[in-house]
Amino acid sequence: MKRIRRDHKVRQFHQAKWDEPVIFELHRPGERGVIPPAAEAGITAEVGDGIGRIPSSMRRSIAPRLPEIGQAKVLRHYLRLSQETLGSDLNVEIGQGTCTMKYIPRINEMLIRNPNMTELHPLQDGESVQGMLEIFYKLDLAMREISGMDAFSFQPSSGTQALLAMASIVRAYHDSRGEGDKRDEIITTIFSHPSQAATAAVKGYKIITLHPDEDGFPDLEKLKDAVSERTAGFVVANPEDTGIYNHRIREFTEIVHEAGGICFYDQANANGLLGITRAKEAGFDMSFFNLHKTFAAPHMCGGPATGALGVTESLKRFLPGPLVDFDGSRYVWTNQTDESIGKVRSFHGVTQTVLRSYAWIMSLGPDGLKDVAQIAVLNNNYLYHKILKIRGASAPYMKGRRLEQVRYSWKQLTDETGVTTEDITRRMCDFGLHYWTSHHPYIVPQPFTLEPTESYSKEDLDEYIHALEHISNEAYTQPDIVKSAPHNSTVHRNDESSLDDPKQWCITWRAYLKKTQPE
Amino acid sequence: MSENRTYAHPYIPNTVPEVRDAMLKEIGLASMEQLHDAIPDSLKLKREMNLPPAMTEHELRRHIDGLLAKNKHGAAYLNFLGAGCWQHFIPAICDEVNQRSEFVTAYAGEPYEDHGRFQSLFEYQSLMAELVDMDVVNVPTFDWSQAASTAIRMAGRITGRTVALLPKSVDPDKVMIIRNYCTPVMELRFVEIDAETGRMDLDDLRSKLSSDTAAVYFENPGYLGIIEDQGNQISSLAHSVNAVSIVGVDPISLGVLEPPSRYGADIVCGDLQPLGMHMNYGGGQAGFIATRDEETYVMEYPSRLFGIVPTEVEGEYGFGDVAYERTSFAHRENGKESVGTQTALWGITAGVYLSLLGPSGMQEVGETIMQKSQYAAKKLSAIPGVSLRFGGTAFFKEFVVDFNDTGLTVAQINQRLTAAGIFGGKDLSDAYPHWGQCALYCVTEIHSQADLDRLADAIQTIVHKP
Repeated sequence: MKRIRRDHKVRQFHQAKWDEPVIFELHRPGERGVIPPAAEAGITAEVGDGIGRIPSSMRRSIAPRLPEIGQAKVLRHYLRLSQETLGSDLNVEIGQGTCTMKYIPRINEMLIRNPNMTELHPLQDGESVQGMLEIFYKLDLAMREISGMDAFSFQPSSGTQALLAMASIVRAYHDSRGEGDKRDEIITTIFSHPSQAATAAVKGYKIITLHPDEDGFPDLEKLKDAVSERTAGFVVANPEDTGIYNHRIREFTEIVHEAGGICFYDQANANGLLGITRAKEAGFDMSFFNLHKTFAAPHMCGGPATGALGVTESLKRFLPGPLVDFDGSRYVWTNQTDESIGKVRSFHGVTQTVLRSYAWIMSLGPDGLKDVAQIAVLNNNYLYHKILKIRGASAPYMKGRRLEQVRYSWKQLTDETGVTTEDITRRMCDFGLHYWTSHHPYIVPQPFTLEPTESYSKEDLDEYIHALEHISNEAYTQPDIVKSAPHNSTVHRNDESSLDDPKQWCITWRAYLKKTQPE
Repeated sequence: MSENRTYAHPYIPNTVPEVRDAMLKEIGLASMEQLHDAIPDSLKLKREMNLPPAMTEHELRRHIDGLLAKNKHGAAYLNFLGAGCWQHFIPAICDEVNQRSEFVTAYAGEPYEDHGRFQSLFEYQSLMAELVDMDVVNVPTFDWSQAASTAIRMAGRITGRTVALLPKSVDPDKVMIIRNYCTPVMELRFVEIDAETGRMDLDDLRSKLSSDTAAVYFENPGYLGIIEDQGNQISSLAHSVNAVSIVGVDPISLGVLEPPSRYGADIVCGDLQPLGMHMNYGGGQAGFIATRDEETYVMEYPSRLFGIVPTEVEGEYGFGDVAYERTSFAHRENGKESVGTQTALWGITAGVYLSLLGPSGMQEVGETIMQKSQYAAKKLSAIPGVSLRFGGTAFFKEFVVDFNDTGLTVAQINQRLTAAGIFGGKDLSDAYPHWGQCALYCVTEIHSQADLDRLADAIQTIVHKP
């Protein structure tokens, strides 16, 4: 037989396409998916049917119109839907910049399935959960060392909730000094995550957003103009979502401190900094890590997750409680005082993620964590170097090296071909790859944000680069193939015209049946 | 490359020295240190971090399993703790689906490469909508407390008012979360509960309603397990001052209890954990919010809302974001509250649970819970010195057991129960000191008659006065 040629540079891919119905269409009256436990005859003899006790006004009058489906059919349906989902396990997921889509070690996923983890009740006596508390405590110690902060809470269950907790601490701090009403402004930057501004607004703050200077750095002069006796705090990521590290960060935090504000650090972009530089030395009073980004917990379609929140000693009293402590022989939960912001999430947060991240740190050690930072930056600069050679692509702002990610622009490509970054989003999935543009607003025109992390090999990076080159070439030679993408995905382009129209949008199947008629 | 390691790290392929050096050369650098030139020397950490050395996979497994072995868990022990996290039957398919690699590791893909994620969450919204009998359900948020907090903030925006009324029976931890989330924009005020029945005191509610009231929030079943059968009156009273009626529910009760939409609720919220999530030491929580399909309500959700749409090919279902411009993703501080990573995988799991249980399963599980909890309550209250705090009021899966006449504290009783392999109910003496020694017991479909008899026998032995 002949040798099979394997010299194509882009993957010949097709996403699973099961043409799967919506689950209500699988309904067959009388079928059962599972039988829940029943009461024994002895119980029925004692208390009857149980529901006779429900006041008549509270008895369910019409059964829920849930579908009735046999077990195998339910499993098959959801397995098919899972196949129609491109998890980071299955692709070179460097296209979701800002989110640090790194390798999720399988051992950690096995460790969390231990019944000594899954079957723990959060209110069990501390004596019966010593192992769990030890993991919380040791992760706290590790986080302190990595950040320079003095105490951590793992209660916040996402970056957004950590930001909310930090804005709450800012308010509690100023309230404790009698300045809560006077200090009503929080300063942030436009290249920081939208939740920084949004959560501060939830806490009643007026938001001041700094725009970058011509090199893409947060503008120190603008910060000087912005601070005043109304400044409650300053929240920023560093590097920002451009991958540009603000080397004058210490001056920023000093200016805010001189004005009496609190500096809090969104460390969503920490992956290139582990073991290199820390929140403390940059002058921050608080910081948080997304355990589902930097510390290798999975993203799970969008949570549950953890925003591990660290503070300096002077702010510890405001942390949500309780906090884990070690008295030399036993691990304990210690309640906070009334100065604390109270709680931001029930119980102790997403414990599985705490366990995963502890396991990840233990599998890397201090030198391995520094390898993570160095290789993440190496991979990014390799990618950056190559992407700048692709026709139509650029990286606005400063020309030097970036840290762990870059926000690029297709402005030239769009100007010359009419193909937009959204078109490319849809085309990339034809090659089994994911690609993301940017948060809004699009300060960088026709943006795309890539973060290759430490997890991908040189060949993986080359595959991604080849796909972008291929699409750039298509844009200049046959743009319609990009504009009409996807071609090899589960479905074709959505008709999105109903999504913003209250008369037409259908957020549930029952709404769809009410709002649409068969032809 | 790590000085302590002579091989590439399994998680970091480009630690292979030849590859690393070739990449450095390609970008014109001579050393790894140059990669971080942007960081001022004064900010650099000039020592190795003080952390334990790396473990291999086998060492890690032994280490973690060893730590976890120090725990005692609710499957080996008999567990009667609830109070916001409950031990329920979990169908195997729930675990199978939520452990799928694709779902575990997906995040923010487009409706094309992640069609399955969008469809699963749309189906979750749709299944939950049937359970609560409302037309809109969100992609879930962190937990019940967050869902209640957001429901109250939604009501504040809808009414332009700032006061929310809650019964004093709401979980004190939940109140802490809601209070923090609402401060300083909204104010919480508390309504008395009837000392005999545990239900809301309607006279006190009337006296506290005013033109400032944005919302009345209550629960069914409540934190103390009680079925609040005055829902219609409470909602009517709220509506009489043009306030929003918000009801928090335990969704596993809704096969047997009337959904709040039928007694006047405008916003329904609660926790999904009972619908297929392991307790996970509190890591299984997820909050849902549901409303009618009215623009006034829909436009106030901060959450993602996935909708079904046609595609350009006839016969294909597509899915996308409804009214994305509401969100903080679109408009930062000018969006509705904030959105980001929440609890999507638990939403998918709850959808799997509801599609397995179906209408019959939901009714059966509700019936079983009510039978077993009543049986347990009857057995316990038959013990001399032990009684029910709100014995005259119907309850669902939790009930307050009064130990005042035993002469023992709940702490003492629970310590002795633990020695007998039983986690007793949650000690309420801190949160409700005026009730003395009371505990909140949780009984669900997973408890057998033998389990419940064992609990009653153990308590009988502990409180027995010689």
